[in-house]
Amino acid sequence: MKAAKSKSKDFLLAVEGLTVSFDGFKAVDDLSFYLDPNEIRVIIGPNGAGKTTVLDLICGKTRATSGSIRFQGRELTKMKEHQIVHSGVGRKFQTPSVFEDLTVFENLEVSYPQGHSVMGALAFKRDLAVVEEIESVARTIFLEDMLEQPASLLSHGQKQWLEIGMLLIQKPKLIMLDEPVAGMSVVERKKTAELLKVITREHTVLVIEHDMQFVGDIADRVTVMHQGKVLSEGSIEHVKSDPKVIEVYLGH
Amino acid sequence: MKDSPVVKWFASREGLYYLALALLLVVVLPVMLDAFRLNMVGKYLTYAFVAIGLVMCWGKAGILSLGQGVFFGLGGYCMAMYLKLEASTPEATAIQSTPGIPDFMDWNQITALPWFWEPFNSFAFTLIAVIGVPVLLALIIGVAMFTRRVGGVYFAIITQAIAAILTILIIGQQGYTGGINGITDLRTLMGWDIRTDEAKTALYFVTVALLFVCLFAARLIQKRKLGRILVAMNTQENRVRFSGYDVAAFKIFVFCLAAAFAGIGGALFTLSVGFMSPSFIGIVASIEMVIFCALGGRLSILGAVYGALLVNAAKSGFSESFPELWPFAMGALFIGVVLAFPNGLAGLYQTYVMPLEERLFRRKPKTDGSQKAKATAPAQTPGERGKEYDPLIDQYSPEKS
Amino acid sequence: MFDGYTTSELMSIFAMQGFAGLSLFSVFVLMALGLAIIFGQMGVINMAHGEFMILGAYTTYLTSSAFQSYLPGLFGGYFFVAMLFAFLVCAALGAFVEWAMVRHLYRRPLDTLLATWGLSLILQQAYRTIFGAREVGVTLPDWMMGSIQVTDMVDLPINGLFVMIIALSIAIAVYFLMYRSGWGKKVRAVVQNRPMAEAVGINSAGVDRATFALGCGIAGIAGAAFTMIGSTGPSSGQAYIVDTFLVVVFGGAQSLIGTIVSAFGISQAQSTLEFFLSGSMAKVLTLLVVVGILMLRPEGLMALKIRR
Ligand SMILES: Nc1ncnc2c1ncn2[C@@H]1O[C@H](COP(=O)(O)OP(=O)(O)OP(=O)(O)O)[C@@H](O)[C@H]1O
Ligand SMILES: [Mg+2]
Repeated sequence: MKAAKSKSKDFLLAVEGLTVSFDGFKAVDDLSFYLDPNEIRVIIGPNGAGKTTVLDLICGKTRATSGSIRFQGRELTKMKEHQIVHSGVGRKFQTPSVFEDLTVFENLEVSYPQGHSVMGALAFKRDLAVVEEIESVARTIFLEDMLEQPASLLSHGQKQWLEIGMLLIQKPKLIMLDEPVAGMSVVERKKTAELLKVITREHTVLVIEHDMQFVGDIADRVTVMHQGKVLSEGSIEHVKSDPKVIEVYLGH
Repeated sequence: MKDSPVVKWFASREGLYYLALALLLVVVLPVMLDAFRLNMVGKYLTYAFVAIGLVMCWGKAGILSLGQGVFFGLGGYCMAMYLKLEASTPEATAIQSTPGIPDFMDWNQITALPWFWEPFNSFAFTLIAVIGVPVLLALIIGVAMFTRRVGGVYFAIITQAIAAILTILIIGQQGYTGGINGITDLRTLMGWDIRTDEAKTALYFVTVALLFVCLFAARLIQKRKLGRILVAMNTQENRVRFSGYDVAAFKIFVFCLAAAFAGIGGALFTLSVGFMSPSFIGIVASIEMVIFCALGGRLSILGAVYGALLVNAAKSGFSESFPELWPFAMGALFIGVVLAFPNGLAGLYQTYVMPLEERLFRRKPKTDGSQKAKATAPAQTPGERGKEYDPLIDQYSPEKS
Repeated sequence: MFDGYTTSELMSIFAMQGFAGLSLFSVFVLMALGLAIIFGQMGVINMAHGEFMILGAYTTYLTSSAFQSYLPGLFGGYFFVAMLFAFLVCAALGAFVEWAMVRHLYRRPLDTLLATWGLSLILQQAYRTIFGAREVGVTLPDWMMGSIQVTDMVDLPINGLFVMIIALSIAIAVYFLMYRSGWGKKVRAVVQNRPMAEAVGINSAGVDRATFALGCGIAGIAGAAFTMIGSTGPSSGQAYIVDTFLVVVFGGAQSLIGTIVSAFGISQAQSTLEFFLSGSMAKVLTLLVVVGILMLRPEGLMALKIRR
């Protein structure tokens, strides 16, 4: 750990001593982990382990009680949510949250990383570059034929993809996904795994997932959380055979 | 430079709606009504400014302000202060113990013009203040509330409390504000007598012109990404925030915009009725402004204009013949609009009149294939890629909020 | 502003104004309790709450007139009967309003606010039509007249004391109902997690209706108490509504103690300031301070930290 700390500059994301307490209950407790660039990291753990809270902390939705989160050397814990997004962190929520009234195209357009200020949004024009970018992202997320559909008509799985697309178009360096395959069919799951493989060519990805099959498909490394702390960390095989993990999470 | 798009726009359905409103306000009403009635319409229209602001702020962005009367009143008082100073020349007020100050100050034993009245000797300053003062207050409230994520019912109550505070303050500080009677007996604007019929008619047309300026400004915002963000914020605030937008900034912007519109409306109101008093800015007046917007259709800026016109016309009608029935009608309006017609007149128009229009359009022999396809999908607007947002096509769906 | 008063004079002023403030405090508490129950339960501000209070006041007025004409012998006790009537009448109207209007608007708190405002307009005008625009007052029973002399400068009117006792008893009763009874547990369960509460078999629609009716009933009691210290007009309720909202919000929604503390603070501030400034400036200053604090601390004095 000491060694890791000293060269934390090389990490894309360095979380150290992160703690958050809700009225005395420590949902995340002195948590540390490090992400390499272009790695796919999966966080697993029993319900209530604090996984979602970790993402909340990184993206600024919840404020840390103590500890630090450094992203490319910049401290995130003091930044506002939109500044964190601008610095290159994208986050997908556990329940799909897309703009139901807007079309797929418009959903992606709203996420396009331009015109983020009030005046910028007033001046923003839909030019060819924007349209091309949106179409290319739509292809990646398997929705190129549905651009004109209102998002409310999409299936649950398609909404999840759309939300991932809305992250992609922001060109973040770190993408955080909270249970991206929950509620998906087997086929959709396969496609999502493919999608993540494509994404990781250019992004670092931090995924929360319960489905061990899926985790095995995608993960470079796995972090197991339990009661707000890291229980175990390493390759999927390492984690699967860790007796502590079997005890609290995987079961015998 | 872009002649053809403008012409095309006027020929489009949306353009026709604007044209119809312009026709009504510029031709039909002036021809039909005498100067007195036309001035009444002008007065109603000043409320339409507030209602348009509320469409943007409440209908689109979901921020319900019950204190719009405050901004309306501030705009109105700024104008009234200027007019009062112009009416209080030393000659006109020679019988006072201190000539040259407004009469109510003299009655309250004030012997010098208070410092905050001084700048209102300048018309340029007044014009800036009419918008600037309401916007400044909105900015302060907005920054304090929205950066702390106060919204919904809390925001509504705080704005209502501010309306109460301002009213009590104005009534209490008689010497500086004219108290409960307000600032009355306004006569001229830069030497031009505003009490004559000609002046009132001219002011009516100025009001209509400015109303269209505000309508177009609001429409521009709606069509741009800005408008889409405002709507998106209403239902999915977190998604907007984590798409990299500073949600508070957008809320502050739209609240200030609504305040600016209200301020303009208030100033025109003062000009049109010739006085300003606290009764136009209090809790009751402020919440009535919400019903103008709600009746018209909370998402439709054009609807807001009709809503303001209709409610106020009905109010005058009732108070001329059955004053005791008006509160019942008003109460029923609040309940009925909210329960039965959350989309107001615009919603009714859309469900009942638009299908007729569709049939009319389709009967035209010249329709080509693409237009047919669009006509069968009435929820889709013509134009590229759903880019256009028809003002009447936005639907407020209660389940989602 | 304290210049020119001796310390003992100041003490007496504070005591007197403090007591005057207690009457206001009683009205605030009674009104705010009902409002807070409804707000806490449904996140809805009932804009017609003041009119419910006035309905209670008119009910009390009618009861007292009836006693005067038909049961003059029992006049001393009419108030308790009136209080019961006021509660029942207002609760019944509340249940009706919930059924006819509010339940359709649960997921639209802002719309509920507008609809209940409409209701308040209608009720006010109805009172004006039925009872006339003039304020009416009740005759106090003999035992409520007079005052208790505490020091030679401070005496406490009995009616004021009585109203305060009512306010505190109702507050305690509400506390036991909400936090110590099975029904209260159901209410809180619905507030915290509606789908879950429904899943374990709580009739959440019934709980809503009962809560709304209870809040309105308490407003009725507030109205009954109100007649003891002031006269009643069609729009007397509206005069208190903004203050009471602020009391509720300032106290932190869903915190009973917070509501009482904030009612106390606001009423005391207002009545103490009233002695030194004009009435209107005292009110402006109090409201400004409250709004200012709320801007800095929007969650109110005592707020629960809940996941948003
Ligand atoms: N804002 C908050 N206030 C109070 N408690 C909270 C808050 N946020 C999270 N918690 C608590 O922290 C704990 C961790 O929650 P979290 O949602 O992070 O778990 P999780 O690992 O994502 O679980 P799941 O697998 O069910 O999604 C839970 O007990 C939760 O109730
Ligand atoms: Mg989770």
